Amino acid sequence: MKFIKNIFDKNKPLFEKGGKFEKLMPLFETFETLFFVPSVVTPSKGVQIKDAVDLKRMMMTVIIAMTPCLVFGIWNVGYQHALATGETMTFVQQLWIGIVVTLPIIVVSYAAGLTVEFIFGIKKGHSLNEGFLVSGMLIPLVVPPTIPLWQVALATVFAVLIGKEVFGGTGMNILNVALTARAFLYFAYPSQISGDVWTYLGDKTPIDGFTGGTSLAIANEASVSGANVLESLASTNTVISADFFSFSNLFFGFIPGSIGETSALMALIGAVILVITGVGSWKIIAGVFGGAYLTAVLFNIIGANEYMLMPAYYHLVIGGMAFGAVFMATDPVTAAQTEKGKWIYGILIGILTVIIRVFNPAYPEGIMLAILLMNVFAPLIDFYIVKANKQRRIQRATV
Amino acid sequence: MSHTIKLKKGFDINLAGKAEKKIAECDQPETFALKPTDFLGIERPKVMVSEGDTVKAGTPLLFCKMMEDVKYCAPVSGEIVEIKRGEKRKLLEIKILADKEVVSEEFKKFSVSDVTKVEKQEVINLMLQSGVWPNIIQRPYGIVANPQETPKSIFISTFDSHPLSPDYDFTLNGEENYFQAGVDVLKKLTPGSVNLGLNGNGEMSPIFTHIKNAELHKFIGKHPAGNVGVQIHHIDPIAKGDLIWTIGPYGVVQIGKLFLEGKYDASKIIALTGSEVKTPQYYKTYTGACINKFIEHNVNDGEVRFISGNVLTGEKIKSNGYIGFYDQQVTVIPEGKNSEFLGWILPTTQKLSFHKAFGLLSFLNGKDKEYVIDTNLKGEHRAFVQTGVFEKVTPMDVLPTYLIKAIMAEDYDEMEALGIYELIEEDIALCEFVDVSKHDLQKILRNGLELIKNS
Repeated sequence: MKFIKNIFDKNKPLFEKGGKFEKLMPLFETFETLFFVPSVVTPSKGVQIKDAVDLKRMMMTVIIAMTPCLVFGIWNVGYQHALATGETMTFVQQLWIGIVVTLPIIVVSYAAGLTVEFIFGIKKGHSLNEGFLVSGMLIPLVVPPTIPLWQVALATVFAVLIGKEVFGGTGMNILNVALTARAFLYFAYPSQISGDVWTYLGDKTPIDGFTGGTSLAIANEASVSGANVLESLASTNTVISADFFSFSNLFFGFIPGSIGETSALMALIGAVILVITGVGSWKIIAGVFGGAYLTAVLFNIIGANEYMLMPAYYHLVIGGMAFGAVFMATDPVTAAQTEKGKWIYGILIGILTVIIRVFNPAYPEGIMLAILLMNVFAPLIDFYIVKANKQRRIQRATV
Repeated sequence: MSHTIKLKKGFDINLAGKAEKKIAECDQPETFALKPTDFLGIERPKVMVSEGDTVKAGTPLLFCKMMEDVKYCAPVSGEIVEIKRGEKRKLLEIKILADKEVVSEEFKKFSVSDVTKVEKQEVINLMLQSGVWPNIIQRPYGIVANPQETPKSIFISTFDSHPLSPDYDFTLNGEENYFQAGVDVLKKLTPGSVNLGLNGNGEMSPIFTHIKNAELHKFIGKHPAGNVGVQIHHIDPIAKGDLIWTIGPYGVVQIGKLFLEGKYDASKIIALTGSEVKTPQYYKTYTGACINKFIEHNVNDGEVRFISGNVLTGEKIKSNGYIGFYDQQVTVIPEGKNSEFLGWILPTTQKLSFHKAFGLLSFLNGKDKEYVIDTNLKGEHRAFVQTGVFEKVTPMDVLPTYLIKAIMAEDYDEMEALGIYELIEEDIALCEFVDVSKHDLQKILRNGLELIKNS
């Protein structure tokens, strides 16, 4: 510890006012505070002691909660590769393929995003905000494994710049940064983020009878052609196994999809971590699942098309629903900020997700657009909750 | 007799170094000081004495040109040894070298039965010239009350729920009659009621439960249940244009003594507390005492911070500094100028946290565990990110996050609508403690109050 401290102390003068790299102080500070908690003490007036929590720890908690999704997702890339190409591979080989494919995406996402963050940090003279540590990990988890790296870089830069920095940086943004990146890719380069892009094949050819679509796409197509959704799912990729898209596979995540989104189970583990630590709002998570389920049940009753007739609980496990509900919707900056508002916000995301999925064949994935839309409306929800608070105060005054 | 109000929200900070209920044998400090900076609202102080003058306890030392009737008086008799000024000649301290025997100014004396018969104007005049008036604080703004105004009601919180706070049941033991007289006097100042907030968490103090001429309200809950602002909010909330006065139990006793004994008695029992005090206990002294005698040979080695008041709302003072006018507590905690290696992520049960983010395991300890907390900021200043936390430690129907943002944006209408009149610093001190982004919320709130007051 001592020698690390010495390195920092020795080089600090270079970055301080008048030093050679004065302008790079934010950069220096970022690394120093990564090792050592600053020796700053509370001011002489006001609270003399502070809670042990800080933003670094909070953000780290989110990253820890994402780890199950990340690890499972990495392995699943290799696993799907093995299934699609028909090769027999050991667990380690599958994991290795996953790492080779995924790691560059993660590295590019962080490198691109942190570069923008540092430039703004240096310009504004503040050290790095920890928020991007989470966004930088979320972006790789919501893209297909076959995504070109330059697109990852471009989308990340766009998201940090337009999604966050133009609004004033961390804490001021209106849209979730990772979803902004995802939406950018979706609308700018649709061919690389839809269709048969969900399974990494490398230079291998897939086995005969393999189709690379996601469960969402299959459900969508079935509905358009008037076929039963469950039967269509059951008859897809029978060459690999008879129940490739069985409910349990959908729940556990042994299916193709975005790198980190396929497993509802892993997202739920993340949800448990977020809820226990209090870092993510359980009201939002419960709201999204509840809203989606009830809407789907209602659709079951109406039953106007095949997609509407799909059992309601399937909605909770297909696509990125669980991942979005747990990690995207709960972003405290872009979600509703009042406690009642969080319920409304969550429930509306759930409702919108199912509506978009069922009625809008152009966008098979509903959760992304539902969250982005509700990000925009979150301040409006809060506005009315806060207004009610003000109203109560006025009423008390006149009593 | 009283109704009970249960508060669910809040957070108790259980620190090491509680004062043992014992009054220590100790010499009185040589010097005492009146610090104009203790009184919010003194904008243009005018000193009435000069260095070398001799004064008695109750001799006026200064007044504010904005409110000339309110006199700030000497707590002890002796010689004025220094009038200390800071930058721009700002008045900081008026120091008195105390006599061995304190001699008091003589004021008119009343019998217990006469107290209830005194005229309102006479009551006010006596309180103004004797030095007890500044005990009365006006809400909104938390400033010294203006004697020309009439409050809709008066509130007294009879317990302090701050960390390591003194036990009034102990420090005011035997002063029941004075307290009753004080309440009787205060009743004359308002057409409304005098309200007492009682501690419902344990056995209630007999000093306050039998008080007549006042309405009693019992409060059960964690800190800030003892904050008078929280109690007002649940009984008689402050709206725009309302005026409420508050006063601490010690101030009430002081008023009672003034009327029954005819003197300004600034003697008080203070608690010396905190993890760095070797034997935390109570001391009998006077308002504005220098702390040097109490801490001599009684503080652990290493760099420590002396605080006049408690760790949430107090002020850092020097080892030869003076206890503030409103404080009955000195807290000594370690200064936290160390930079802990990977301190932001290592799991720990030793660091107290309201949160349960990864590695913050203090919630496993149970509520009896006593913590040693230093003054380190334990993080860096950041923009607001986490939401909903301030609301969890504020047992009032206010939204602190929105109010703070409105203040930062200097949006007057919004500040008013969100209830800035109901709050002073102590009411959001817990928010400042739990804040992930380490804002100085009390300072921000004060800025907001100043903006509104001067608008």
